Amino acid sequence: MMPIGHYLFLSLALFLIGAIGVITRRNVIIVLMSIELILNAVNINLVAFSRYFGDVAGQVFALFIIADAAAEAAVGLGIIIAFFRNRETVLADEMDLLKW
Amino acid sequence: MLDSVIFYFFAGIAVVSAALMVTRRNAIHSAVFLITTLLATAGIFLQLRAEFLFIAQIILYVGGIMVLFIFVIMLVRLDIPLPQIRSGLQKWIALFVALAVGVEAGVVIFLARKAPGQGLLIPNPAPADKLHPNTEELAKGLFDSYLLPFEIASVLLLVAMVGAVVMAKKRTDAP
Amino acid sequence: MSPMLHSILAFVQTWWAELLCAVLIVLVVPLIVGYIVLVERKVMADMQARLGPMRVGPHGLLQPIADALKLLSKEDLIPDNADQFIFWLAPVLSMTAALTSMGAVAFGPWFQVARDINIGLLFVVGVSALSPFGIVLGGWASNNHYSIIGALRSTAQLISYETTAGFALVSGFLLAGTLNVRTIVETQRNDHAWYLFLAPVGFFTYLIASIAETNRAPFDLPEAESELVAGYMTEYSGFRWSLYFLAEYANMIVVASVGTTLFLGGWLRPFPNVHWLRWLDAGPTLLLAAVGAYCVYRAGKQPARAQSLFMWAVALACFVVATIFALASPFNHLPLQKMHDGLYGAFWFLFKVSAYIYLFMWLRFTLPRFRFDQLMRLGWHILIPLAIINVVGVAVALALTSEFGWNRWLAMAITTLVTLGAALFLVRWNDKYSAAASAALLADSSIVEETHAG
Repeated sequence: MMPIGHYLFLSLALFLIGAIGVITRRNVIIVLMSIELILNAVNINLVAFSRYFGDVAGQVFALFIIADAAAEAAVGLGIIIAFFRNRETVLADEMDLLKW
Repeated sequence: MLDSVIFYFFAGIAVVSAALMVTRRNAIHSAVFLITTLLATAGIFLQLRAEFLFIAQIILYVGGIMVLFIFVIMLVRLDIPLPQIRSGLQKWIALFVALAVGVEAGVVIFLARKAPGQGLLIPNPAPADKLHPNTEELAKGLFDSYLLPFEIASVLLLVAMVGAVVMAKKRTDAP
Repeated sequence: MSPMLHSILAFVQTWWAELLCAVLIVLVVPLIVGYIVLVERKVMADMQARLGPMRVGPHGLLQPIADALKLLSKEDLIPDNADQFIFWLAPVLSMTAALTSMGAVAFGPWFQVARDINIGLLFVVGVSALSPFGIVLGGWASNNHYSIIGALRSTAQLISYETTAGFALVSGFLLAGTLNVRTIVETQRNDHAWYLFLAPVGFFTYLIASIAETNRAPFDLPEAESELVAGYMTEYSGFRWSLYFLAEYANMIVVASVGTTLFLGGWLRPFPNVHWLRWLDAGPTLLLAAVGAYCVYRAGKQPARAQSLFMWAVALACFVVATIFALASPFNHLPLQKMHDGLYGAFWFLFKVSAYIYLFMWLRFTLPRFRFDQLMRLGWHILIPLAIINVVGVAVALALTSEFGWNRWLAMAITTLVTLGAALFLVRWNDKYSAAASAALLADSSIVEETHAG
């Protein structure tokens, strides 16, 4: 069993890489994928603590986060498809009008 | 010994794939590297003896969400490989801030002196062979203590399904 | 270096049986898959009143070797604008998913790589969920219209029928009360019934879903030769194609194994608890001896000497294996019981898996292909509601049995009847609805706009 710090650092590293992805990428689909990466980092954190405290609540929460990520990915990608159909682009720079 | 080999293996794959994922120009390559990251995360769950989460991650995340992503990337495929990262200064600022936060947190987690009453107070985890079977524990948690969030999650998934269909459906009434 | 060597040796010492099983699976499964292809061609020939491959070895038995040599020596073509990395990765992904999912399948009581894992059969189902990736990435990387249409159709079919297969398996898991493979089979022994008889709707739903999961006819539109060249496998040649093919047949073995374990009693012999059928314990011996005797009978009737020598050789092989089984049978209660159980269990398991795969082949050469919208309608409109109703029904029946003391068989029979009634209603309602829907589909001009814009 690794010391808890290792899992926390791994979770933090994935979170930061995901955050870099969200901030720096132009393609909105890759931004969504980076958000999924952030959610995964949080999951690792939760499951590590669940193991350390022997409480199953962490794993239950992680399962809910997985279900929630699925819902969010579905709706987010639906929005992207709808937007693409209207404006023929998936780049975040070009999504700059609220109404035209 | 075996534990730390498995942990470093999966952790290494996860971090390297994640870094590759956010830097690829081709969106399908990013998706493939996200798949490897998710599989490595599932490996970490397995190493933490959370077997049901391991398989739930593979079935739901990798087998469901990533297929959805790959479908959408194929639908919105643009033929011109555009520069994918925003101009100049932003990516260096992001990298610098990420490194700063990482180093700071690393110092706190690994190097800070732990005086009595300070530092990370975590009790010793239970040894692996004294654990209850994971699926039964998780099922007890889901259907006993956390039944209400479970039901709300199912309503959430229904709402998301209807919402996704409505968003992606072609409008037949002309604006 | 020495402590690492010590830990590696300790690891091998603890897990040598599982490692041996894993090595055997990786080595032997490609060969077995080659021979399953030969069996399929022979069965196809039998159903079409001809002989099949007869030329390459005696009765065509060296045909898979010849095919493998041909495929290995073909030129490795990569299309011009194909994505090199993904083109290489896709068949590897398919093959890896298929072989890894065999890790948790128990071919008999002692042949299993991942023993005593908590999640048991769900591991197999979960890792098989990685197979659409090999298909869709392969189709996309080929840079070919037919490939991508075939890949998208195949992936849509796979993810649609995965839900059905999962629900059908859940009804079996509810009956077994566990996900552990060994416990599922032991529970079927203790309950004196294969779950096929307790939850037949679950089994048949799983059968149909597993045919769709492996892209077999009548659900084989994605690889239909008359429609899409070869679908997602169009641009793959030589060894890469053989990896895809191997993955498809390995998947067939995996879904047959899962169905056998959960619904057909795994490695138990038929009627494991009936006392007057104890002679079925000698089943393998009797069966092989009968096959050997038939070969001896036919050997005398062969026109050429080489052919009759071959028949004698087959008869000898059958008698040798029958003798091995017979010699192992007294070890039923002695210290070598593990060997006895492993041998006989593996025989019965492989027998049932072969029957399941024969059913696949039989259906392939009997039924015409589904059109894609018919396939989707069957999956979403009929099978998924049926599978859900089945799960609810089995759960209610189990609750009635445990809480109110009903007879289990009575409760399950009532559930089956209710589910069959629901199935009838779904099919009738769908027939009424599908005529109108097909007309609307064909008249809908927005479909044409979709294909132009997308």
